[in-house]
Amino acid sequence: MSGKPSYFGKLSRYYLWYTGSFALFLVAVALLEQEGMPRLWIGHLFMFATIALYATIGVICRTANVTEYYVAGRRVPAMFNGMATAADWISAASFISLAGGLYLQGFDGLAFIMGWTGGFVLVALLIAPYLRKFAQYTIPDFLAARYGGGAGGRGAPVRAMAVGATIIVSFTYVVAQIYAVGLIASRFTGVDFSVGIFLGLASILVCSFLGGMRAITWTQVAQYIILLVAFLIPTMWLSAKHADNPLPAVAYGSLLPKLAEREAQLARDPREEEVRAEFRRRADDDAARVAGLPASWEAGKLEAQRQLAAARARNASLTEVRQAERALATYPNSVPDARALWLERRDANLARARPPEPHATPFPGATKEESDARRNNFLAVVFCLMFGTAALPHILMRAYTTPSVHETRVSVFWTLFFILLVYLTIPALAVLAKYDIYTSLVGSDFSALPTWISYWANVDKANPLVSVADINGDGIVQLAEFAIDADVLVLATPEIGGLPYVIAGLVAAGGLAAALSTADGLLLAISNALSHDVYYKMVNPGASTQKRVTISKLLLLGVAFIAAYVASQKPADILSLVAAAFSLAGSTLFPVLVLGVFWKRANHHGAIAGMVAGFAVCLYYMLRASPMLGGSSVDAWFGILPMAAGVFGVPAGLATIVVVSLLTPAPGRNSNGMVDYIRAPE
Amino acid sequence: MTALLLVVWLATGFGTVFFARELSRFTLFDWPLSFYMAAQGASLVSLALIGFYAWRMRTLDRAAQAAAQQEPSS
Repeated sequence: MSGKPSYFGKLSRYYLWYTGSFALFLVAVALLEQEGMPRLWIGHLFMFATIALYATIGVICRTANVTEYYVAGRRVPAMFNGMATAADWISAASFISLAGGLYLQGFDGLAFIMGWTGGFVLVALLIAPYLRKFAQYTIPDFLAARYGGGAGGRGAPVRAMAVGATIIVSFTYVVAQIYAVGLIASRFTGVDFSVGIFLGLASILVCSFLGGMRAITWTQVAQYIILLVAFLIPTMWLSAKHADNPLPAVAYGSLLPKLAEREAQLARDPREEEVRAEFRRRADDDAARVAGLPASWEAGKLEAQRQLAAARARNASLTEVRQAERALATYPNSVPDARALWLERRDANLARARPPEPHATPFPGATKEESDARRNNFLAVVFCLMFGTAALPHILMRAYTTPSVHETRVSVFWTLFFILLVYLTIPALAVLAKYDIYTSLVGSDFSALPTWISYWANVDKANPLVSVADINGDGIVQLAEFAIDADVLVLATPEIGGLPYVIAGLVAAGGLAAALSTADGLLLAISNALSHDVYYKMVNPGASTQKRVTISKLLLLGVAFIAAYVASQKPADILSLVAAAFSLAGSTLFPVLVLGVFWKRANHHGAIAGMVAGFAVCLYYMLRASPMLGGSSVDAWFGILPMAAGVFGVPAGLATIVVVSLLTPAPGRNSNGMVDYIRAPE
Repeated sequence: MTALLLVVWLATGFGTVFFARELSRFTLFDWPLSFYMAAQGASLVSLALIGFYAWRMRTLDRAAQAAAQQEPSS
């Protein structure tokens, strides 16, 4: 014990040095930019410097010791464990998309802030300390020991199911992270999307492949520092600019009334109304075409062919012919396709025809029912995210890495503390950016658009991330003429606020750090579940420790490549993937974990039935209510979005465990003894 | 005690959202109360709860240890 304070001191000194050198690096790059270094180079420099840094930490921390590899030797001090968990936790979604989501959705978006932070209360009070007391390596370990059953009472069925759940949840989540890595790398360095994915993958692998949990922990601390700096600098700048106070979380309160005033003003502006009327007209056009199917599809197709022929016949310019060709090529192939496409376009146009919603008002709605439905969905999303948080394997795994039970509790405190440093600023960033755009962009002249708009509009031509078009032809930007994608807001903030490009590179590096750190943790959770629980505990219990670690490393490599392959296929919707992972984790794992700790009567029949029921209800509801998966939103229960399927899954899982456990014989003395042990004070 | 803390957590988390429309009439320095609670208040309360729990459990653990040392029977 006497060695611990100096270990802590040594670590603190290392990371202070590290932060200092990082600051020096930033200053150096800023100077280089002054000297005229091109933007692309700055992007490259940030990408490669940070990736090289993570790889170096990975190499330094390489290990083949089992305890080091799986749980970092159980000697990570609470504060650093908290930092690492925070980095583990802050995914690409929260770093890149959350502020944009808040910008677009106003009050509704706050559900993510509340859900993602409130869940840690559950972790701290109900799960983490007990897992640490149990002191094994993985979540399935705990469940198998607690519930027993199967051949020889070793809990093989429970273990297998828990492994299955861990893998499904983590895999969905890791695909989303790798996708984000590819996106950032390709935007900032100009490499191809799939090359970007494999670049990111390489750095993830060097780190986790060599050093397991130990290397990942120290890399994540480093990544946390980068992402914190990357998030705070631009936000503080904007805050100082608009509210004369560099503390964004405190300052933006004074902006809210001003923003509300401006929103009301824009909602009444006759020019805005003109633009919105135009969008309503377009939506009506689309609706008319949908109503006229299939005749309107034939007519549209003929018209597109005629235009192309006409353009060729009169020897029009190459661009015009190209345009006509593209119009024909992208024309829907069949009547159902056309219906889907036009309906989607009609909805998009209708959405843009609506006046802006007041940012700070909860649940605006025309009628009480509409407003109630939004409130219920808000609550449902918060519920799912909270219970999902309390059951994510890669977060819970970190409870094993601290030196004692008390340190685990403190470490959850630090985790939330470090997460909040970023999360309290996210709503501030959304308000600040909104205020900036509403006051300085809206109402400016089209001939004097800021450069960031054209830069971001050209990144992805097919699906513009930012679009501005002079719809009513008055030469002035109206709010309704401006559309921005949720994923760009954070990346574009430095430029919106007029900061040098260095800061944009820094933000990209921060996003990359967020995505990489989460992907690291997830991949390790998957490969540990496979190597430790499946291989060592079920297939070959006699394996030497050396062999187990080697197997784990090989599996990690395999899983990483599969995940990268899936991500490179660009699966449809990343945010819904992540939400699905949360709902599934909450409904499958949360009930067994909590009842395993607090209810001695729960037995292995109940545990198995509960996991199956939670998973099945959750999946069934998603399939039933999500239009993307072949269901229909008409079938939704109580109007709850499919994203929040966990609202039904968690109670279903809990209820099934209770009912089935009571119907079957009580668990043996072993599990009773274990519950007593993990609940006894140290 | 765990149950009590969970009740506080439920009240701040779900209660303020359920009554958000009613609460938005009040303001706390410039902020509409419901917006503040959702954006910062609920999270800060969570942090306080976890901190309190960690501190309280440690005192309980120590008390239990001291009690165990005083009577080293069985």
